[in-house]
Parts: sequence; structure tokens; C-alpha cells
Amino acid sequence: MVMPPDEPKFDDLYKELILDHYRYPHNRGVLEKPDVDMQQHNPVCGDKIRLTAIIKDGAISQIEFLGQGCAISQASASMLTDRVKGLNLGDVDKLSINFRDMLKGGKPDEQLMQDLMSLQGVSKYPIRIKCAVLAWDTLQEALGLK
Amino acid sequence: MKEMSVRNDFPIMERLIHDKPLTYLDSAATSQKPAVVIDALADFYRNNNANVHRGIYTLSEESTLAYETTRDKVAKFIKAGSERNIIFTRNTTESLNLVAYSWGREHIKPGDEILITPMEHHSNIVPWMILCNEMGSIIKYIPLDDDGTLDLSNLDELISEKTKIVSLTHMSNVLGTINPIKEIIAKANKVSALSVVDGAQGAPHLPVDVVDLDVDLYAFSAHKMLGPTGVGVLYGKDEVLSSMRPFLGGGEMIDEVYEDRFTWKEAPLKFEAGTPNFADVAAFGVAIDYLENIGMHNVRKHEIDITNYAMEQVKKIDQSIKIFGPENLDIRGGVLAFDFPGVHPHDVAQMMDWDGIQIRAGHHCAQPLMRRLGVSATARASFYIYNNEEDVDRFVDSLKKGGEYFGDASR
Repeated sequence: MVMPPDEPKFDDLYKELILDHYRYPHNRGVLEKPDVDMQQHNPVCGDKIRLTAIIKDGAISQIEFLGQGCAISQASASMLTDRVKGLNLGDVDKLSINFRDMLKGGKPDEQLMQDLMSLQGVSKYPIRIKCAVLAWDTLQEALGLK
Repeated sequence: MKEMSVRNDFPIMERLIHDKPLTYLDSAATSQKPAVVIDALADFYRNNNANVHRGIYTLSEESTLAYETTRDKVAKFIKAGSERNIIFTRNTTESLNLVAYSWGREHIKPGDEILITPMEHHSNIVPWMILCNEMGSIIKYIPLDDDGTLDLSNLDELISEKTKIVSLTHMSNVLGTINPIKEIIAKANKVSALSVVDGAQGAPHLPVDVVDLDVDLYAFSAHKMLGPTGVGVLYGKDEVLSSMRPFLGGGEMIDEVYEDRFTWKEAPLKFEAGTPNFADVAAFGVAIDYLENIGMHNVRKHEIDITNYAMEQVKKIDQSIKIFGPENLDIRGGVLAFDFPGVHPHDVAQMMDWDGIQIRAGHHCAQPLMRRLGVSATARASFYIYNNEEDVDRFVDSLKKGGEYFGDASR
């Protein structure tokens, strides 16, 4: 069946990488004695993310998450923890801005995004964008970034 | 299951969604409309449009007649004594807010109790909370059993001399539970508490007889029962309506206006300030005719059959799927909310959309109930007269696929 070019396809949204992170999340748990411990939820759908992180020399040395919600929100949190580990806070901020811009339809920096590229398809589903950014909102608030 | 032959009356059923036939399973949110209702709305604007209760001219007389004829039809539909017991509002939410404002602010005092249930829609919770915040009254809840029915064992203690309002839903929009409202209303009447029923799910799906129920006020919406959006109904007993202050002020509701004071009309116009939504009300009359023609007992019977079939089929997919609400179809309407562990409601709904299936995912405007059920959201399919076994089969196939696709999540 021929799809019109702007018709989004199921696999655009639920990429294999997203489902992998959803089924087998990375860095799942709660750190002991974290420097930051932040929880946010999406009141509309009830998705929840809790992030704990240890900051050393201005960089994220360890980070874990706990959460419940849809595949997009949980996979996004899992990918976030992978991607920001070891980054200094300035780079996290840059990444967060680029990631949000990508979800609004902006052109992402693929070198910067790495696996996060798999969430690009979410930009075609306005109602699901909030699912993908929940973990990033939580991180930003945890780190006091704006 | 006996097929209802009405599906072809609904033009939207021709729609393709992502190249698949439409499977509409969100009638608890809003129903689809038969062609006769859609046409009636356009015909009204083409032929009869003029403001009601105003002009001494043909169009206005026709418009007024259409508006008031629907009031009469609504009265007969719910077996009300008279059309003067029928107030038109925007929707159930506005009807309930009207009660909280016009009756509540006239009669509620600090320490008075308002009894509701944990299965209420936000529209039957928040207006009472606003009233309580203002008047110093208190909200209490009839407890909910794990099977999704109300626990009435302590009802005699819950409904006391302090109880001034008892307000509950006829049918839950999440659990499907049909509440024993007649029994509860009788207890409320015994202590002279105001009885209010949210009939948003009741009136579209069940035969309703407000006189037999002996209920003080019964609220519902046209758009969930084949009618247009923007029309709500509030039924009230004569003595209750006359003990209420006006709701909104303006044209239509007044009798005389002086420089320093005004007098108002009797119900129902007392509560209908401003130009009402007469075109949609006119079309709503056609929706009622359509439902009356089918017969509400037949609507109910069809929904029992299709819900029964759907519950059987869903249970066969995976034992881990939890269907909320009572098993007994005598006390359950055509609503099927479920939890599929590892498969999030939003992912299910998104996946089903690709198969043309429109279901609801979320908290269904019932957050206290979600908390009571221990879930953050559920997926929900709901049925109406145009749904058939094929709809259920497509839904079940898609749900199976969802289980395979998202399943085995490590949580």
C-alpha cells in the first residue's frame, strides 16, 4: 500500500531501539546519597520519572532513573541516562536544547544526539512530545538549568 | 449477537483511518451522529433560523416551536412530569455546576456534608469542592469495593441529618458500573438531602424514569446520545427548581428589570439566561426521536450483548489483562477499561489508531478513581448502537498485536 509522503508510519514512532530501551531499560534504579534527586510527572497521562545523580567536578558521574509510563517516556529516560553520563553541565544544557529543538521539528546535530536520534519520529506526533521530554524536564530541574 | 441494523445511518462509518475502516470505540466520550441529526442541524439553519422567544414573526415562531418541542421530547424521554422540569444547558458539567451554584449557595451551611462516590467524573467532584471551599461544607465518599461496585454496608451511617446533598453517577464512565441509584436516592430523600444524579452515561444507554427514581435533579448531555455538541440537560422537580436562585443573569431569564432590581421568570427559563443554543437543541430533538424509535430497552440489550462478547474475547488474549468493573452485566454498561501489564494505555491507543481503531487512553477525567484502582491511566473501549462484533474482533486483534509488540517489558 502506498502511503502519502507526510503520512507518519508506525515504525517512525516506535523504532526498534526505543522498544529495546523500553523492554530492557538502562541505568534503572535509585542511587544512594545522590547529589540530586528529582521526580516529575505528567498530570495528563500520569507518567512518572525519578532521576538521581552524582555530580563530580561539574559533570554527571552517575545517573539512574525510575519511572512508569508509556514506551516513549521510559525509553527516553533510559537513553537520557546513557547519553548524559560523563557530560559536564554545560554540555548537558546544549544537548537538552538540541533535543527539544529536534522534537519541535528542528534539524538535530546527529553527532550530538547519537541514540537520541531514534526519538526524532516523535516530532510528528505533537501529543506524544511531552512523553519524550519528561525525563529531560526532570533533569533540567534537578540540575537547576533553565 | 443480534446485529443492530443502524450502522449505515451513521455517515462517519464510511471513513478510513490510515487506510483502515473506522472502528469507533469512544462513545463514552462522545457518540457519532446519524445522518438525520446532521441534516436536521443544517436544515434548521437553512430554513428556520431566528432567535427564540422573541419575535412576533414566522421564523421566530418556528424556531421557538422547535426549541420547545425538544424540551417536551426530553421530558417524555426521561418520563418527567412536565417540560417545565427540563432546563437546557451546555453540557452535563454545566448542569452540575448550576446545581452547586444555584441550590448549593442558597442552602448549604458550614459543616454540612455532601456525599459522592470515588467513581465520579471530575465534573461531579470539582463543583462540590468549589462549593465546599466557599461555604465550609465537607465532601464524603461512599466507599468502593474491589469489584467496582459501591459498598453500601454503611450507607445508613454515611447518610445522616448532616447530609445535605447526595450526588452520584448513574453509570461509571470507567468501570461501567450501573449504580443502584434508586435505593440511594430513597435514603437521601429520607433525610431530606438533595439527590443529584450525573446521567451523562446513564441517559444515552439506559431507560430512565426520573419520577420512578424520585430523584431531585438529573443531568446529562446531548452529544453522548447521538445529538449535537453544546447541549446539556438538567431535570429538576418543581419544588426543587423553585427553591433555587437563578444561575446566570441576563436576557430570557428575567421577568422585569428596574433601575435597582429585577424579578425573574419561573423555571426553566429562570436558568436559561442569554440566547440559548436553539439550533443544536432542535437537532437534539431528532436524536431523541431516533433513540425512541429504536427503544432504549433495545439499546441496553445490544450493549449487554456486545460488552459480553468483548469481555469474553479480551480475556482470551492474555490472562494478565485486568478488566475493571463488575463482571455481572446486569449492573454493567458498555464500557471496557483494562490494564495490560507491560503495555501502556497510550502505546495501545497509538498502535490501535494505525488499525483505524479509536479508543481512549488516560485517566478519563476520574483521577481519584485511577488512584483507587492503583493505576495512572487505563485504556478504554466503549460501545454504542452502531458497534458490532466486527468492531470487537478488530479491537481484539489489534490488542493481541500490541501485546506481542510491547510485551515482555521488564517491569
